[in-house]
Amino acid sequence: MEIPRHWRLKQQRYALVGEVCPHCDAKIFPPRDVCPECGGEAREAYNFSGKGEVYSFTRMGEGPAGFEEQAPYTVALVKLAEGPVVTAQLTDLGDTKVEIGMPVEMVTRRIRQDGDERGMIVYGYKFRPVMQG
Amino acid sequence: MSGGDMSDIVITGVGQVPVREHWDVSLRQLAARAILAAIHDAGEQKPQALYISNVLGSLLSRQANLGALLTCDCGMGGIEGTTIEAAGASGGAALRTAYLALRSGQVDCAMVVGVEKITDVVGPGVDKAIAETLDTDYEGMLGVTPTAMAALLMQRYMHEYECGHASFADHPLAASIHAVGNPNALYRKALSREEYEKSRPVCDPLNLHDIAAYADGAAALILTRSELVSKDFKSIPVRVSGSAVVTDRLSLHDRPDPLAFNAAGISISQACRQAGILPGDVDILELDDAFSIYPVLSVEAAGYAKRGEGTTWMKATVASGKPALASMGGMKARGNPLAAAGVYQAVEAVLQLRGEAGDCQVKGAKKALIQCLGSASATAAAHVLEITQKS
Amino acid sequence: MKKNEGHEQTGIKPLIPDRKVGIIGYGAYVPRYRLPGTEVARIWTDGTSGSPVKEKAVAGLDEDVATMSIEAARNALARAGIAANELRAVWVGSESHPYAVKPTGTIVAEAIGAVPSIQAADFQFACKAGTEAIVAAIALVGSNMADYAMGIGMDIAQGRPGDSLEYTASSGGAAYILGPAEKSLAEIEAVYSYVTDTPDFWRRQEQKYPEHGQRFTGEPAYFKHITEAGKALMDALKMKPEDFAYGVFHQPNTKFPQRAGSLLGFKPEQTAVGLLSPVIGNTYAGASIIGLTAILDQAKPGERILLVSYGSGAGSDAFVIKVTEAITERQKLATLTADYIQRRTEIDYATYARYRGKLAMK
Repeated sequence: MEIPRHWRLKQQRYALVGEVCPHCDAKIFPPRDVCPECGGEAREAYNFSGKGEVYSFTRMGEGPAGFEEQAPYTVALVKLAEGPVVTAQLTDLGDTKVEIGMPVEMVTRRIRQDGDERGMIVYGYKFRPVMQG
Repeated sequence: MSGGDMSDIVITGVGQVPVREHWDVSLRQLAARAILAAIHDAGEQKPQALYISNVLGSLLSRQANLGALLTCDCGMGGIEGTTIEAAGASGGAALRTAYLALRSGQVDCAMVVGVEKITDVVGPGVDKAIAETLDTDYEGMLGVTPTAMAALLMQRYMHEYECGHASFADHPLAASIHAVGNPNALYRKALSREEYEKSRPVCDPLNLHDIAAYADGAAALILTRSELVSKDFKSIPVRVSGSAVVTDRLSLHDRPDPLAFNAAGISISQACRQAGILPGDVDILELDDAFSIYPVLSVEAAGYAKRGEGTTWMKATVASGKPALASMGGMKARGNPLAAAGVYQAVEAVLQLRGEAGDCQVKGAKKALIQCLGSASATAAAHVLEITQKS
Repeated sequence: MKKNEGHEQTGIKPLIPDRKVGIIGYGAYVPRYRLPGTEVARIWTDGTSGSPVKEKAVAGLDEDVATMSIEAARNALARAGIAANELRAVWVGSESHPYAVKPTGTIVAEAIGAVPSIQAADFQFACKAGTEAIVAAIALVGSNMADYAMGIGMDIAQGRPGDSLEYTASSGGAAYILGPAEKSLAEIEAVYSYVTDTPDFWRRQEQKYPEHGQRFTGEPAYFKHITEAGKALMDALKMKPEDFAYGVFHQPNTKFPQRAGSLLGFKPEQTAVGLLSPVIGNTYAGASIIGLTAILDQAKPGERILLVSYGSGAGSDAFVIKVTEAITERQKLATLTADYIQRRTEIDYATYARYRGKLAMK
């Protein structure tokens, strides 16, 4: 069981809470306490809007252990409106044809379970085609 | 860094086992076979230190502390032995460590063994273990694998440069043709262009032939300083004239330009500068072709080709054979034993430079540049190997 | 409103807090996938039987009551225009909580940023768990213990494969933020609940699918409780069906809420807007209150709404709600119920079976 690790990351995973650099105002995700733009210390929490667009994507035919029952699924690099890029699954695609540049928005979904069906459920961010402009 | 008056670091022994699904051979046996072969090749020269490149031992064989395990198993108990891990760049990183140890004067004879035992576990657990070379919290835990990362790069590349999947065919096809002559290769069947293009999609746009299969393997090197080479040494020492390891941000999402394989480019330029050559001067260029997009991005980063022209360069270079690419099959056809891959590259380059590459021999090869990557150029190791005159 | 002295003949006193309470924000959620009733009929009756609904909403592989509640809660917060940490309670009513032990409410509260100064718990009362959570939220605000509290009703409803429930048991629900009436988009004028021990439907501990009393679920259960609760509340407030622009009643299928409305004296045009079961199915704890989000999406200031939920086992909560001036500007601040309903991808029975864990994987 990896309870502490999932628990530690819950705000980032559930709600895309990153950081903002007090020195250069860069928005940072994932949070890392050091600004990747200016190298200054950055610890102030920042709530990302969850809006972004697809930078690249792929449909995975098979998943690694823990994801077998979800395959096939689509993963993407999503460029957030505030600047950073995140790696995430796309969801709720239905018959939507994914394209680079497609606008997407963050939703909180089940990512996997820790171990089998007795383990804790890991929730986190995924992105779907935007519903509201 | 070049240390003009310092003695040369030379490779005096190489050993390898065929890359296979070695169901009946354990991690320790794989390593021992390569180690003993290298010692024998070096004229029974014994090392004072063993640098082991391995990624998956703890995850798949549930075996850590390989230094103590492997030195004792090979009758070298008591010597220094540690594991070097840098994902797919581990082999190059271990070679670099041996190089530095010899340069420091603390070690007179060093051994590098790259060993990876993939088939101790079957099923999706293998993909999960390999995915631990990514950022686990922000990539691996979300169901992403290195294969998916390569697919994301290729998709973006095809979008930015408006090229089709077929334009990535040349490196894998050349690799498959070259492996026919390599008895240690996993796949010894030349692929046709049609087979490449019509293969089963795995991770769109990657298909089966864009991906080097992971398999078991072990390869080993014996290194020493040139002045310590015995007068009775029967083979030809191969000089390590350039050595570099460079890192980049681990995750693609953290890089301002994911298609710029900066670590791959910088490590090649550092190794070549140290060797006093230009990247274009080499006869053999062994790139990391774990995925067919990697060598394309690497040659663009290293300046062989302009951005967006890597596939065109690849086509022309395969046709000209100068430099020879994936001369013994590359990872694509020799197989990809993750941490051992970089050591196989060195073993193969030594055989080529000695003129012992058999059906794979590149005639008159004098300089080789080998590069292996940890994940998508998060770590890059580059080495220049050159033939010396037998003393 | 006059002083709450109860009804002259029956003596029934509705629940009316000292401090007036209203809906500050609301949000719906319906997942993307739809299973047509004809697909269930194709598998189990050679296509011969009719379906009580046209189609039902089906949650995707990565959805559960926590994830769906999070989205509805975010919609409610967007309409409320308050900070999440102003909430003092996140209560989630459902009969399909992802954990048997461990609150859904904590996951939702964490995701929307409402922790740590909150009450959080899960409610269970079959299909009225959501309205029960809302009544608790009204009480918390009405007692002046808190300014804002959230009540959610959400389900991924279970129905045994081949059972008549499988045509209707669907996924979705809604979230409501209750707060001071003067800041509300709709004031809760009064609540009345009617509860008895009536075993019309249940699911025993450790069982995957519920059991139900077939025709026993009708007259003595659903209709009795809804009409008693609705009538008692209207009587106590001296109101008639004509005083309401809309009525919305628990909707396990298409016919039951239509008949319940008729028994209470409501005309079809009063109940049409909130009647979503034909196109999304029975969202159990979400069923009556997602009908209310559809009504609020288009309601006008001054209009009154009668909502009566029903939960098996059994009970009904009746609410009289009066829409305020604030409604107009808040309707568009989040995704409309109709937008969720229009976003649809039809799936076949096999995909449904996979998405809802009905394939034996071990």
